[in-house]
Amino acid sequence: MSGTRTLAITPGRVTALKGLAMLLVAILALILPLIAPDPATTGMAVFTVMYIGLASAWNIMGGYTGYISLGHAAFFGFGAYSFGLMINHLNMAPGYLPFVLVPVAGLLTAALAVGIGWVALRTRAATFVIVTIAFMFMLQLLGENLVKLTGGGAGLALPYSHDWGGDFFNIPYYYAMLALAVLTIGVSWWIRRSKFGLGLLAIRDDEDKALAVGVPTRSFKLTAFVISAVLVGMIGAVYAYYVTYLYPQFAFDPLIGISMVLMAFLGGLGTVSGPVIGALLLEPAQMEFAYRFGASRLYLVFYAAVFLIVILLLPRGIVPSVADLVHSWRRRRQAGPTAGGSRNAPVSAGEEPPATAQQRLASP
Amino acid sequence: MGPLLELQGVTVGYGGGDILHELDLNVEEGAITCIVGPNGAGKSTVLRVVSGLLRPRLGRLRFRGVSIAGLSPRQILRRGIVQVPQERSLFPTMTVWENVRMGAYTVHDRALVERRLQAVCESFPIVRERRHEPAASLSGGQQKIIEFARAMMLDPSLVVLDEPSMGLDPKTRTTVFDTIRAMNQAGRTILLVEQNARSGLGLASHGIVMESGRIRLEGLGSAVLGNPEIGRLYLGASA
Repeated sequence: MSGTRTLAITPGRVTALKGLAMLLVAILALILPLIAPDPATTGMAVFTVMYIGLASAWNIMGGYTGYISLGHAAFFGFGAYSFGLMINHLNMAPGYLPFVLVPVAGLLTAALAVGIGWVALRTRAATFVIVTIAFMFMLQLLGENLVKLTGGGAGLALPYSHDWGGDFFNIPYYYAMLALAVLTIGVSWWIRRSKFGLGLLAIRDDEDKALAVGVPTRSFKLTAFVISAVLVGMIGAVYAYYVTYLYPQFAFDPLIGISMVLMAFLGGLGTVSGPVIGALLLEPAQMEFAYRFGASRLYLVFYAAVFLIVILLLPRGIVPSVADLVHSWRRRRQAGPTAGGSRNAPVSAGEEPPATAQQRLASP
Repeated sequence: MGPLLELQGVTVGYGGGDILHELDLNVEEGAITCIVGPNGAGKSTVLRVVSGLLRPRLGRLRFRGVSIAGLSPRQILRRGIVQVPQERSLFPTMTVWENVRMGAYTVHDRALVERRLQAVCESFPIVRERRHEPAASLSGGQQKIIEFARAMMLDPSLVVLDEPSMGLDPKTRTTVFDTIRAMNQAGRTILLVEQNARSGLGLASHGIVMESGRIRLEGLGSAVLGNPEIGRLYLGASA
């Protein structure tokens, strides 16, 4: 019996394991540039951490409320262009100081998100998906046609620090992206455990029932949409500073929006860790594919294949599927020794003996 | 002391004619009142009126002697009247624990919510036992028990149950009815509509038989159950 106790997966042990895993990941993320300083690795790390943040931010809206936005690249591009225009118009010297503009880009994105959300959230389901895509393409078109402001198809150049050469160039951006990813995960974690988050999950399950039990559905959806957009916008700002040149078709790239969704789906919608796991698995693989197959865009086939596999085999994503397995395994273990008709077998409430049901019911 | 809930001369319909016709119905505090009757008798309409989902065209509706006619469902909820609907009403992908918490979503006093959660766990052990599992993974009977637990989060005076045994196997139905009896023993007044007349009247202290929007017979649950005419009409020839 002692052997079985040692192997038992209790909620406390699961929490401890999760905490340990998070600590190890955090330490690894912090020291990564020290143990692997070559630009190829740190460059991949910048984009991986960026997508951890993007997928987690998207999950706050798409995962918690069930409103699937395929147009979040609108906020990414808007944050990027806001940052680029501010740094150019303010004639800010490159270096660490421009990072203070990142929250400002986030605030500007918030204003845009309130407007888009106000309109888009009057719709549900497939209509909402289409409206968000439409807004994304509208912004891309504006980026291409407001030539005097954005540079149009010729692009918008941003200054960069000549002091950050060689192996060091990626490192400030890596830590900036990491800080935003940690902030996003923190916000996501807080929401998941808050009463606000509970309301969002209720909206996801059944919006009308949520309204009936007192959830202010309209304001909650808009709030989640804006929080999600602000975080994506800030990440877009750091991206702009990193790539130093913005083109509308790359800043407002539908693939960026789809990647966030795919990563969240793969890891597990509506979970805190799911989008992180999804991004950790997909982004390095995608970059490796893009590197090996050059400009052929063959990696898109890889993306399509992953999407199909996820939908067919893991429709709920990795984290919920693993959680289900653990639950069923735990229940089988609990039921195992007494299963098979024993009078003392643990019974679920539906099969509880009447006397026990009565005895257990006292006034709450 | 007057009844907890009083309907006097209530007439109500859905637009295409009246369903309830000058209905007089009292629910005494601490009782289990069960309404039975054939389909279309207006049983569920009574519950919709009490919960504020349907406004009476004529008549009075009083709770603790105060009129509640015309109040919104949310205002009626605040007065202490909670309805557990006939259909599944849990949030399927949310855990049992989250579902129960949703019962007190409008309560802003965190300490009070925690106290009620603890009390509900004492009363409904399944809430703690299955707290991490999604509601959809529970059986129909278990889900009904969780719906009762969620209703208790508002500490209601009157629990309104619409066909609680609908779709349940006999064994689970017994458990659900035992749970209703225990809620009543814990001080809740129960008003239920039940398709299974024999089980419903067997549980009730007060029975009401409705037909075509009017009360045909009422009295002690056992007396209604034992009435030969009612037995012949609604409970099968053997009754």
